[in-house]
Amino acid sequence: MRKVVVLVLAVVLLAAFYELGHRRSGSAKPASSQGNPAPEFSLAGLDGKPLSLADYRGKVVLLNFWATWCVPCRAEIPYFVDLQNKYREQGLQVIGISMDDGPKPVQEFYQQYKMNYPVALGTDKVAESYGGVLGLPVTFLIGRDGRIAAKYIGEAQMPVIEEKIQSLLQAK
Amino acid sequence: MTNLVKKFALILVLGLIAATAVAQPDELAPGSSQLINPEQLVNLLQSSTGKPLVLNIGPSLIFMQAHIPGAEFIGPTSDPQGMESLRRRVKSLPHNTFIVLYCGCCPWAHCPNVRPAYKELHKAGFSNVKVLYIANNFGTDWVNKGYPTVRGQ
Repeated sequence: MRKVVVLVLAVVLLAAFYELGHRRSGSAKPASSQGNPAPEFSLAGLDGKPLSLADYRGKVVLLNFWATWCVPCRAEIPYFVDLQNKYREQGLQVIGISMDDGPKPVQEFYQQYKMNYPVALGTDKVAESYGGVLGLPVTFLIGRDGRIAAKYIGEAQMPVIEEKIQSLLQAK
Repeated sequence: MTNLVKKFALILVLGLIAATAVAQPDELAPGSSQLINPEQLVNLLQSSTGKPLVLNIGPSLIFMQAHIPGAEFIGPTSDPQGMESLRRRVKSLPHNTFIVLYCGCCPWAHCPNVRPAYKELHKAGFSNVKVLYIANNFGTDWVNKGYPTVRGQ
C-alpha cells in the first residue's frame, strides 16, 4: 500500500515539474481550428471605410494575413488578384489583413500590385483571435457558412488553394 | 589582333571582378558561427550568468502577440526608422556587449531584417553579436516548441 502511495506521489510530482517546465507566461493561443466559426473583426480599411468579416457572410472568403516586407507574401498577391477576378461572380471574396506597422507602404503596394480586393491594417487582437499570426504569410479559407475550412501557413500552393475554393464555392 | 586580345582580357578580368562581388557568401547562412539556435538561447536565458541583451528587430504586431521574455523591441531594421532605433539603443554600450538579435517574421532566407541589423552592429564595432536562427517563423520555431514567451509591448 505504502509503495502505491509513493508511486502515485512520484507521478504527480513528475507531472507538476513537466507542466512547470513547459508553462509559458502568456502567449499566442493555439491555431484556430477548422470547422470553428471564423472570428469576427471590424477594422479600418485602406480606403478609410470599415472592413468587417460579417459583411461577407454567404460568400467564400480567402483571408490573407500578409505584409509588404514579406517576400513570400509578395509572391502570393498576384495569384490572389487572379483568383478574385476569376471567382468573383461565383461568390469568392479575398480580404487582406496587413501586418505592416503603418498604412503608407501598404497604400503604395496596393497601387503597385493593382490589388482588387479590400485590405485593412491588422491588430494584435485580430491576429490572436485567429490563433496568433507569428510569421507570415498565413491564409484562411472561410466557407459560406462562416466556418474556417482551411488554414495555410507559409507560402501557399496555389493549385491546392484553388481546388479548395472551387469545392467551397459549390457548397450552397 | 593584339588590341582584340587586350580587349578580351580586360572584359574577362572585369567579369571576374563583378562575379566575385556578386557571389559574396552569406555571413548568416544556416550553420554559421554567428548564429545561435533557440535551445541554446533558452539555456543562456535560464542561466544565472552570461545573459545576452536580446533585441527584437521584427514587426511590432508580432512582438505584441508574443516575444522572448526580456527582449527589447527595436522595430524592423529593414526600414530606416528601425535601423535608427537600433543605432540609438546600442550607442552607449561597450563593444563587447553580448547581443542577440532576432526577428522570426518569415522564413530565414527571406527575412529582411536580420542581415542589415547584423551588418550594422558589425560595422559599429560590436564583436559579440549572435543572431537567433529561426528557420520558418517565430510561431513555428519558438512558440510551438514551448519555449517561454510573454505578450505586450
